[in-house]
Amino acid sequence: MILQVEQVSKRFGGLQALQDVSFTLPEGQILGLIGPNGAGKTTMFNVISGVYPPESGRVIFRGEDITARPPYEIARRGIARTHQVVRPLNELTVRQNVMVGACFGRERLSYTAAARIADEVLGRVGLAERADQLAGSLNVAQKKRLELARALASRPYLLLLDEVLAGLNPAEVASMLDLLRQIRDEGVTILMIEHVMQAVMNVSDYVIVLDYGKKIAEGTPREVANDPRVIEAYLGDPKLAAGLLEGREEG
Amino acid sequence: MKPWRQPGFWLPLLLVLVGGGVALVLRKDTLREMMFTLLMYVALASSLNILMGYTGYVNFGHIVFFGLGGYTGFYLISQHGWHLIPAALAGGLASALLAALLGLAVLRLRGAYFALATIGINEAARAFVNNFGPFGGPTGLFVNFAVYREYGGAPQALWLTYTLMVLTTLIVVGLSYWIKNSRFGLGLLAIREDEDAAMVMGVRAPTAKTLAYVVSAFFPGIIGTLFFFKNGNVEPGDAFRLQMSIEVLVMIMLGGNGTILGPVLGAAAYERLRGYLLTSPLFKSLHLAFAGLALLLIVLFIPAGLIGWLRRRFPFLRRWLE
Ligand SMILES: Nc1ncnc2c1ncn2[C@@H]1O[C@H](COP(=O)(O)OP(=O)(O)O)[C@@H](O)[C@H]1O
Ligand SMILES: [Mg+2]
Repeated sequence: MILQVEQVSKRFGGLQALQDVSFTLPEGQILGLIGPNGAGKTTMFNVISGVYPPESGRVIFRGEDITARPPYEIARRGIARTHQVVRPLNELTVRQNVMVGACFGRERLSYTAAARIADEVLGRVGLAERADQLAGSLNVAQKKRLELARALASRPYLLLLDEVLAGLNPAEVASMLDLLRQIRDEGVTILMIEHVMQAVMNVSDYVIVLDYGKKIAEGTPREVANDPRVIEAYLGDPKLAAGLLEGREEG
Repeated sequence: MKPWRQPGFWLPLLLVLVGGGVALVLRKDTLREMMFTLLMYVALASSLNILMGYTGYVNFGHIVFFGLGGYTGFYLISQHGWHLIPAALAGGLASALLAALLGLAVLRLRGAYFALATIGINEAARAFVNNFGPFGGPTGLFVNFAVYREYGGAPQALWLTYTLMVLTTLIVVGLSYWIKNSRFGLGLLAIREDEDAAMVMGVRAPTAKTLAYVVSAFFPGIIGTLFFFKNGNVEPGDAFRLQMSIEVLVMIMLGGNGTILGPVLGAAAYERLRGYLLTSPLFKSLHLAFAGLALLLIVLFIPAGLIGWLRRRFPFLRRWLE
């Protein structure tokens, strides 16, 4: 098990964003984290990556308790993430953005080595020609790919992806999914939050479902899509329910 | 990337070397005095730029390090007979140490809160020195004329001080370039852009920004020692002038915050302009108001400063104007 989340709870004022959530991630897989809007998925990422300390519970990464450690300690141990709302370093170039990941991530590369890796990774996500542009000048889809490039450049063991497919057209989704499979096949474990249901059902080896801060189901995509609790949770959101059903047909 | 093959590296150094060297070659006292002040501001602005331009922390208290470091160095020279060079280094180290201690406390603050705290530090330091016996309290300290004998006379001492000022400026500017193109500097730039995102990417922000603060504080300590030694005395009113902090800040903004050449050109331009204003009776008492107005205009119309504006306007100049 590369990651064990044990009984994690997190509240914001009167709002219980996460309640006793537990799950484990086996190494080398793609795991989907799904649930309606506001279910607590991003909050889970924030707890794992050290942005917020949980009120209770533990996060164990590669056998080490990393609960409430500062984010930079966690990054250096090999967890990288993307942000749902992109956070480019606007006044730096695209290449410099990616170099930050490479210099300060798991491998802590030197400046020159980082520049090399940055160009390599930018090629992979299709941003090579943009390397010298300021990150602030990219469009939203490109900024999403930049988030992924920064995370990849740190050579993580575990990659946390927060809605990287949102806003992409079907062709872009397909090529992104190819890339994710490729990354997984290189041995990186991926935990991905996704709203594009067909996609997440299609690419995930295993799926965890959150609703109102609680884990309500987990299993293979097929098991989860047939779970009455999951269907019920999504009924409030007809578009997502339709997506889920489509996912079931394909899966 | 070999720095000496980058015009962005040697252009600012060349400017400092030529500007500072002319007085050394011509051996003219008035030129030396003028260039000393000018280089002092270049070095102060470049050192503040490491914290403010690279790391994004606006510091109104940069002059504290000039004052306290300068006091320390001057105290060692005038009371303990130290030579200027070790005394200046000790002044720098004293400032760096102070920054390390202060950094632990005030660098937790962000944005306006940090900026306000730095004003408080300046006032606290002035009050402390005013009441600190070994530093002479409100009257300050003087050097005995006999001190110059060690340097072969007062003129020689002044030329040495000037030479050290040129050297210090070259080092600050060179270091600015090196930091900006290093892993450490990349971490600072990331903090400036988005501190929380930088930490998620692994930048050890508390350590990195404290180190930036320490490096930025080291040079004013040296510069202060050179300046007060040149003047032959130091007193609290000269050492902790908030307006000097503000002027250095305006210089950076004028030239281009976060650039290497910007603080050099900004300091030189502002200093010359101020020299003119000070001699004109109309502006003599208004020059701080002028600094405020200049800051306002820069922030409103050319927030990237001269160099930032040129880089945006003429992209082919970027290699030259770093
Ligand atoms: N920093 C915060 N402060 C207050 N409330 C928050 C904060 N972050 C998230 N929340 C709340 O916690 C709940 C879960 O949010 P989030 O984890 O972003 O959901 P999801 O990513 O599943 O859509 C939401 O109700 C959200 O408003
Ligand atoms: Mg979310």
